Amino acid sequence: MRGRGAIATATRGSGDGPLKLALSRGALFSGALDLLDRIGIDTSQARGDSRALVFDVGELSLVTMRPSDVPTYVEAGAADLGITGKDVLAEQSDRAVYELLDLGFGACRMVVAGRRDDDSMGEAERRLGTVRIATKYPRTAERHFEQTGRQAEVIEVKGSVELAPLVGLADGIVDLVDSGRTLAENDLEVREEIATCTARLVANRVSHKLRAAEIDDLVARLRGVDR
Amino acid sequence: MIHPIPPGTRDILPEERRELRRLGLALIEAFERHGYGEVATPTIEYEEVLARGDEQGAPPAYRFFDESGELLALRSDMTIPIARLIANRYATAEPPFRLCYLATAYRAVRPQRGQMREFTQAGVELVGSPAPQGTAEVVEVLAAALDAAGLTRAVIGLGDADLYRRLLDDFGVGAEARARLLGCLAAHDHVGIETEVAGLDLSAAAAATLIRLPGMRGGPEVLEQARQIGGEISAPATARLAATLEALRERGVADRVSLDLGLVRDLRYYTGAVLEVYDPALGHILGGGGRYDELMGRFGRSLPAAGFALHLERLHVAQAEEGVL
Repeated sequence: MRGRGAIATATRGSGDGPLKLALSRGALFSGALDLLDRIGIDTSQARGDSRALVFDVGELSLVTMRPSDVPTYVEAGAADLGITGKDVLAEQSDRAVYELLDLGFGACRMVVAGRRDDDSMGEAERRLGTVRIATKYPRTAERHFEQTGRQAEVIEVKGSVELAPLVGLADGIVDLVDSGRTLAENDLEVREEIATCTARLVANRVSHKLRAAEIDDLVARLRGVDR
Repeated sequence: MIHPIPPGTRDILPEERRELRRLGLALIEAFERHGYGEVATPTIEYEEVLARGDEQGAPPAYRFFDESGELLALRSDMTIPIARLIANRYATAEPPFRLCYLATAYRAVRPQRGQMREFTQAGVELVGSPAPQGTAEVVEVLAAALDAAGLTRAVIGLGDADLYRRLLDDFGVGAEARARLLGCLAAHDHVGIETEVAGLDLSAAAAATLIRLPGMRGGPEVLEQARQIGGEISAPATARLAATLEALRERGVADRVSLDLGLVRDLRYYTGAVLEVYDPALGHILGGGGRYDELMGRFGRSLPAAGFALHLERLHVAQAEEGVL
């Protein structure tokens, strides 16, 4: 392992074994496993409450991680493929990975939301020419306001973003919404839709070239699933 | 007490330095055997001169002022400095020019992403030799360099920077959709391409060609597959790639190459063939290159040109992973 720790320029490729597939643990996890089951890959050992992070399931090795880490592992080649949400990919759009397939499941909306029956967002925009937006997706939020010709002061938070407008940290939020229940319970409502985000299959640049046949085969089978 | 160095830079200690030196020497010797002479250029240049090489501005560079207020920049690659060198020093000499280098370059990339801000490139420039023979010669030298490094499993991806643009022109795609599609292609966003094409009014063959071509990669059969999808509509765009492949066959290096109809490079001066180098042991590309037939013209001496640059530190990691050190 000569000097490897010092060489930050490259990550070892995943080599010649089974394809490594990075999976988001979280909202998309069971949907991804269901999809794999339907193309004939038995994922039962990855279900249940195992604390293990890597599962060998025959033709694939499943590597589980938090959703926002999937592009990191795939870009570096520590995983050949990955499944994560379009919200994550849009936020990390500078990551050099191939986006191969819209898997269709896990649809959520990326929205701008504000307090119900409260016009502090509009008020701030009129009086100050800018709004304060709290979000876990700062680049997506900045891009949205820039593309719609408005100014926003984007405040990045890590935890429950719904808190920010309730206590006056921000006038509104940009966040991913599934049923909208969390918004409703916090007296927030959707003001604008930015995008619909579904699960996507991504690939490492080198794996996409050197393991083309295996990857194309997997993509064809995933495409063939009746959704 | 620890005295920090900037992120994206590093010290190299004797054992690694010795291996890097051997690798660099092996590469330069391979280049010289093919008739390429080694040159060196200044690490710092006038920003205005480097910017001339790329009409949309140089990639993220380090810029600063000298004592008389001139704006200087650290070079971000060697292709533009060598274009300047040829325009200056060989202004009236008879082409072609075969030059090679082993040099550091600097880019203000975001740290913690596996990219260094100071790195070493080993590469060649062939100026004055047009496609397809010039391209094939460069690929031959690249294959020899990879062999000299012991990376016999490495693969050279070959694409064409103009291929998709030509298809969009041939199919009469409007300016806005064209820009969005090229944006998707550059971002490797094949889902976005599918969505965009679905919204266009195109024949079934044209739509299928735009959607499927970027994912087509492999041996010579790829060109045949492109024909099967789109009939003859993609033939003008793929003809140049077919000619390059034929020239590579004549030189006996075609089996080292994997065709890639979706290949694009992030440097904007590429005009025709583009190259990328992969090794199964490494998740990052080892280097790249291609044709830049318009670059020399911006320095006042219009000549067709091609070249490549290998990332020395990544080659070294690949050597370690492949067990060929």
